[in-house]
Amino acid sequence: MIQVKDLYKSFNGNDVLKGINITMNEGKCNLVIGKSGAGKTVLIKCMVGLYEPTKGEILYDNRDFVKMTDKERKHLRMEMGMLFQGNALFDSMTVEDNVRFPLDMFTSMTKKEKAARVDEILSRVNLKGAHKKFPSEISGGMMKRVGIARAIVQKPRYLFCDEPNSGLDPITSIVIDELIQEITLDLNITTVINTHDMNSVMGIGDKVIYIHEGEVHWEGSGKEVMTSKETELNNFVFASKFWKSIKEDQK
Amino acid sequence: MNFFYHLGRYTKTLYSLFSRPEKAAMYWKELFRQMNLIGVGSVGIISIMTLFIGAVTSVQFAYQLQGNLIPMWYIGIIVRDSLMLELAPTLSALLLAGKVGSNISSELGTMRISEQIDAMKIMGVNTTSYLIGPKVLASVLVMPLLIIFGVAFGIVGGLLVALGGTSGFTTTEFIRGLQDPIRDFDTIIMFIKSLSFAFIITSISAYQGFHTTGGVVGVGQASTRAVVYSSIVVIIADFLIAALLL
Repeated sequence: MIQVKDLYKSFNGNDVLKGINITMNEGKCNLVIGKSGAGKTVLIKCMVGLYEPTKGEILYDNRDFVKMTDKERKHLRMEMGMLFQGNALFDSMTVEDNVRFPLDMFTSMTKKEKAARVDEILSRVNLKGAHKKFPSEISGGMMKRVGIARAIVQKPRYLFCDEPNSGLDPITSIVIDELIQEITLDLNITTVINTHDMNSVMGIGDKVIYIHEGEVHWEGSGKEVMTSKETELNNFVFASKFWKSIKEDQK
Repeated sequence: MNFFYHLGRYTKTLYSLFSRPEKAAMYWKELFRQMNLIGVGSVGIISIMTLFIGAVTSVQFAYQLQGNLIPMWYIGIIVRDSLMLELAPTLSALLLAGKVGSNISSELGTMRISEQIDAMKIMGVNTTSYLIGPKVLASVLVMPLLIIFGVAFGIVGGLLVALGGTSGFTTTEFIRGLQDPIRDFDTIIMFIKSLSFAFIITSISAYQGFHTTGGVVGVGQASTRAVVYSSIVVIIADFLIAALLL
């Protein structure tokens, strides 16, 4: 289980996170939503150790990540996978090499075992036959799948996705969302997703956390978002005419 | 203050290179890849440059020695020793600061802004050790070899001038000069310079690239800084080595 307790993060005296307290549902898709600049990416980067929090605790099964030594963090990182907004695929490597990289670096698997694992994962994300292609030769949706494949190749317990739908068309976005949800359930991973995408919130939001100006304003399920009375959340969710009309239809 | 900030962070970055590799095989693979990129990839340009430097040096010394009491076979010694002590190591280092330095800096800078370094960090990779270590080591291993090539090609350049027969000295005189015993200390100085310059170029360039900020513009700026700073430090180190050891 992931718990964030009283988390603060400042940059040059500017508070971006102001006392975040959240508990992520285990084995589910936890969506962190909010406007641009609300602190979502900073929160996720603190959770994976790319930023050091100013104050607070980040507990992974009651192990405080903030207080861990480098060695302990390294060990915990074996249990994490992350899909970046821009995919962060290694340009100089093929799809196959990208996915195999964590296995090469951290496991003592034989070449045959690694090849089998890479094949298995690439088929899992529907990328059969793309082994020898370079990131520059594949589409945005395929890059996301490679990013997901690389993030889960070591069978992590925690998966972090930073805006997985950014830059994708609506259909591909839904495919990626469904893929993340399937993987979360199949592998019993606790997934944390940063998103603006309301389709994701409605489609895969087992738990939704709304962050506004560095504070948690609302928590609930994807379905509860529609009936929430929280003003800031409603302003955010029903900003578009489309979602506003759906709410009015429901009324 | 800014200088001391960067000096401290540079030292810290270098210190973090000395950590236990996650998997030695991956580091070896990267080391050989870098040796190929830095070493094999630079043989051509170093050969061309030193060939002409050797040729120019011999022509100019032949011009200066004409009418003097110094025998013409001294050109062989002068070309060989100046190539070993100064021209091959320093000019090659300055050339490599441009070629290898900017390459390293822009590669790491692009990895930084596209979050590839962050991706490695989250996996648990010691990013400084894996991304900078093999580059520095590869450079230190191949640079002396490149300089030996450089000296050899510079001598060939001088020899070609002698063969041309228009600069006032003969091939026999040039070879006579080359056959004069080489001082062991000159060879040591050549290797000290090669190793120091290799370390300076790659470590400074890697530092600039690794800490790139500011998107694509930042990558360009880091690359420029890498070339400028490593060239300046190479020249300062060249003077210090000469002043302290010669």
